[in-house]
Amino acid sequence: MNSFWALLSATLAKDIRLEWRSKDALNSMLFFSLLVVVIFSFSFDPNAEESREIAGGLVWVAFLFAAVVALNQTWARELRNQVLDAYRVSPAPANSLFLAKALGNFLLVTVLEAVMAPLFIVFYNLRALGPAWELIPVGVLGTWALEVNGTFFAAVSIRTRSREIMLPLLLFPISIPAVQAMVEATRIILAGEGAARFWIVLLLTYDLVFTTACLGLFERVLNAE
Amino acid sequence: MKRAFPLFSIVTVVLLAYALYQALVVAPTERTMGDVQRIFYYHVPSAWTAFLLFMGNLVASVIYLIRRNPKADALAVVCAEVGVVFCTVVLVTGPIWARPVWGIWWTWDVRLTTTLVLWLIYVSYLVLRRFSDSAQTPVLAAVLAIFGALDVPLVYFSIWFFRTQHPQPVIGGGGSLDPRMWHVLLINWLAFSCFAFLVCWSRYRLELLQREVEQAHAMESLAGAGVSEKASLPLSRSTR
Repeated sequence: MNSFWALLSATLAKDIRLEWRSKDALNSMLFFSLLVVVIFSFSFDPNAEESREIAGGLVWVAFLFAAVVALNQTWARELRNQVLDAYRVSPAPANSLFLAKALGNFLLVTVLEAVMAPLFIVFYNLRALGPAWELIPVGVLGTWALEVNGTFFAAVSIRTRSREIMLPLLLFPISIPAVQAMVEATRIILAGEGAARFWIVLLLTYDLVFTTACLGLFERVLNAE
Repeated sequence: MKRAFPLFSIVTVVLLAYALYQALVVAPTERTMGDVQRIFYYHVPSAWTAFLLFMGNLVASVIYLIRRNPKADALAVVCAEVGVVFCTVVLVTGPIWARPVWGIWWTWDVRLTTTLVLWLIYVSYLVLRRFSDSAQTPVLAAVLAIFGALDVPLVYFSIWFFRTQHPQPVIGGGGSLDPRMWHVLLINWLAFSCFAFLVCWSRYRLELLQREVEQAHAMESLAGAGVSEKASLPLSRSTR
């Protein structure tokens, strides 16, 4: 169990250090979601009332697309120099690698969200009419829902031809209930209509179900032969 | 086995013809919807058959992950392919019926949305199989099938809640079905299941043959490369 956490923190620290020094993924994600914000506001030109209704959808679609940019790099990095093969033949537990990667992506997207959220508020004149603190659990659970499955399917799509296209094709259909829950919860909180509790519970269920599934099946994907 | 296939084909054709006659002529005309309701005898049996096939795909995928039996993988491919075809029939016949009866082609109702998401998941399953031609494909596809199965109940609950929040007047729930209509429906379902089974059967044989051919090609190129013929490849090396 000790080696599990040691491996996890070593991989996570390595990924964070790589990202910190290059800032490749973070820069491209930031710029990408900035573009999404600008293009959406041109295409819809909403007033304050309308932005409350549509902002939930815009925010999460922007983050979903941006997350895919980062997710595609997660495992591609390990293909160079056959790192994944080395990992496979080593006795290291597969799940510690998976959790480290998922946590790394989670942190990356959380940073992105922290930077982008003020921009969204400025560009769309947003002000939450409901309890704004509920956006925090929605954000955390929603980001984890995207990242845990995204990391998993990035590991699947890395084994296919044209992998960069494959990841969204696999990830988006599975993510439909999570995206719906995030968007609806955000919309309800921003517009202050009723309670978002059902959607938060649904997100929690989604996270629990798919984190379990990912941990249960990742070893098979890593060692698929 | 070889004689069973044509025999079963004949039975299926007769059954399909009989079911068509039942649905178009024998079944009573619905009072308010009129003849357009008869699409029901194709729509519902296709849906049930598609769900059965997706269930078959899930079971075959789980068996493959546990036993690594290549035949289970072949069965999973076949079930997914034929299931997507039947699910497409459901998604096409639904709007044709909905337009005159509900006045709209599509609504984001529980059953419609869940069926659509199921269809999307299985299309992505087939895309994965198409885009991946390594020996790992069966494992990856089986894993995706399990993820899809876990996803469907969540989709159902989310849409169910979403729609109870925003009620729609168009859902054709409740009401009872005339016993004669039930009879025709069940005959049609039997005919469709037989048809699906027939298609799966021939597709399964084709899949196994394809794998044999691929294996033979692999052996040939191995032999050509000067490797001893005894270095046999496991059947699971084949693609798709």
